[in-house]
Amino acid sequence: MAVAGSAVGLGNFLRFPGLAAQYGSGSFMIAYFISLLILGIPVCWAEWTLGRHAGQRGFHSSPGIFYALIRHPVGKYIGVIGVIVPVMIYMYYVFIEAWCLGYAWFSLTGKLSLGHEVARYGDFWEKFVGWNQDGLGGSSVIFFLFLVFGLNFLVIYRGLARGIEVFCKWGMPTLILLAIVVLARVLTLGTPDPTRPDQNVLNGLGFMWNPVKADGTGMLAQLANPQLWLAAAGQVFFSLSVGFGVIITYASYLTDRDDVVLSGLTASSANEFCEVGLGGMITVPAAFMFLGAAGVIGQGTFGLGFKVLPLVFANMPLPWLFGFLWFFLLFLAAVTSSLSMLQPGIAFLEEGLGLKRKQSVALLGLLTALGCLFVVYFSKNLKALDTIDFWVGTLLLFVLATILIIIFGWGMGVERGWQEAHKGAALRIPNFFKFIVKYVCPVYLLAIFGFWVRFNVFAANPDTGRLEPAGYVKDLVGAHANPVAQLSVALILVCVVFFCILTAAAGWRWDRAAEQEKERAS
Amino acid sequence: MTAGGWITMILSVGFVTVLFGWCIVRVLTHKPEHLHGIEDIDTRDHED
Repeated sequence: MAVAGSAVGLGNFLRFPGLAAQYGSGSFMIAYFISLLILGIPVCWAEWTLGRHAGQRGFHSSPGIFYALIRHPVGKYIGVIGVIVPVMIYMYYVFIEAWCLGYAWFSLTGKLSLGHEVARYGDFWEKFVGWNQDGLGGSSVIFFLFLVFGLNFLVIYRGLARGIEVFCKWGMPTLILLAIVVLARVLTLGTPDPTRPDQNVLNGLGFMWNPVKADGTGMLAQLANPQLWLAAAGQVFFSLSVGFGVIITYASYLTDRDDVVLSGLTASSANEFCEVGLGGMITVPAAFMFLGAAGVIGQGTFGLGFKVLPLVFANMPLPWLFGFLWFFLLFLAAVTSSLSMLQPGIAFLEEGLGLKRKQSVALLGLLTALGCLFVVYFSKNLKALDTIDFWVGTLLLFVLATILIIIFGWGMGVERGWQEAHKGAALRIPNFFKFIVKYVCPVYLLAIFGFWVRFNVFAANPDTGRLEPAGYVKDLVGAHANPVAQLSVALILVCVVFFCILTAAAGWRWDRAAEQEKERAS
Repeated sequence: MTAGGWITMILSVGFVTVLFGWCIVRVLTHKPEHLHGIEDIDTRDHED
């Protein structure tokens, strides 16, 4: 129950449908499944194994773990990625948690009873999150954010996380059951608006699953977009928490008697069941039925569920109850995820700088509060959130996963890695995964990254033939640069520099401790 | 919904459902004592 419950989060029910809609669904799913089978699951096993291996050498923070794994001073700076990723994702994740709590409250109090007009739900959400203008005023989201942020740090400061986990062990299966009920309602919606007969349940499923787009864009043409592959792999990593710095940190506290193979696979499969079997079958088809094909695209990665699902609940009996339960349980799922995101930062501050847990929590609280304020202030089109989500929540996950699999397959060696993985294991990994881990994963990851650089950083302009940036890179340089996107990347760089400075200090402490130990031994 | 869409959907949803069911059966039948989810691992730093 604990393993399965911990897998459910906002990535399953909000981020995944948003990305599937953005990248053309059916083709995105093909890239997604290839990424899951030959990247997600193998890298997940590698991360659990490497974390436990380094933990037995006395390191529990990502920089320390990579220092132990790579056995070179540069290793600890590579490990900084494992702190940056969860800390920066937390900065926007907690904002979305506040949306969930807000929507649970609005459902309970009837404020979300907006009838059956699609536009009213869109307007409500845009006003709530500050989609139309930057700034901190004019929306109750700040109040909910304050509550959620305070709750997260109170729980972790007081060491109450265990209580929340016990509650979630039963709350998360309830969320899954509720999702099955909602799925049944979505699949029986038929044609919600008789004046638009094309927007029916079958076409909604077709929008989600057809490999060829409605506009005739073929599957191969869609799969030729490297950003689609990057997004698909990034989503697999995001929802499995692979390359996040979280698994490697927690696994470092395990012993040889603990299983990492079946634990990793069960968590991954529970997560995929929620994501593909439930999240993918609910939100995108429902969005198509209410918004149409044109309306689904451009809604932002996380926004779709907030605009569409209240409409699904409005078509059910007791909409306030279903709405409240759905968003509150989603909020709880998000809380468990965000609490786990704080641990890599706390572990680093404790281990690297010698701070006590409460001091670490306080310092991390200040840092994440500043970052969170940045994301909330620059809310117009959720540009800051979207930019950090891509550069950190997709690209850096991808980079860390690549480093992990290279360390596992080539640094540690696949045979030794296999031995390490199977200590205490209740399940044997099929041997063909050795070939996948050693050759297929690194080549696949590096190829996607290479193609992404070639076609997105240096894309050919079809009109002029000149090489110009595209996609998210276009927001940063050139004539179409966006100042908020530039500031967001500047914030990421500031965090990188800050944690590198702290890591240098940590490295000095570790080296001094190692020398003292050597002196004592001699 | 095209034939390609049906195939993609059935294979995708079927695969994740069967995999999840198989894992649950493995967990329940073997009852390994040392299975862990991320959040139930003791980080051993709550003493101070």
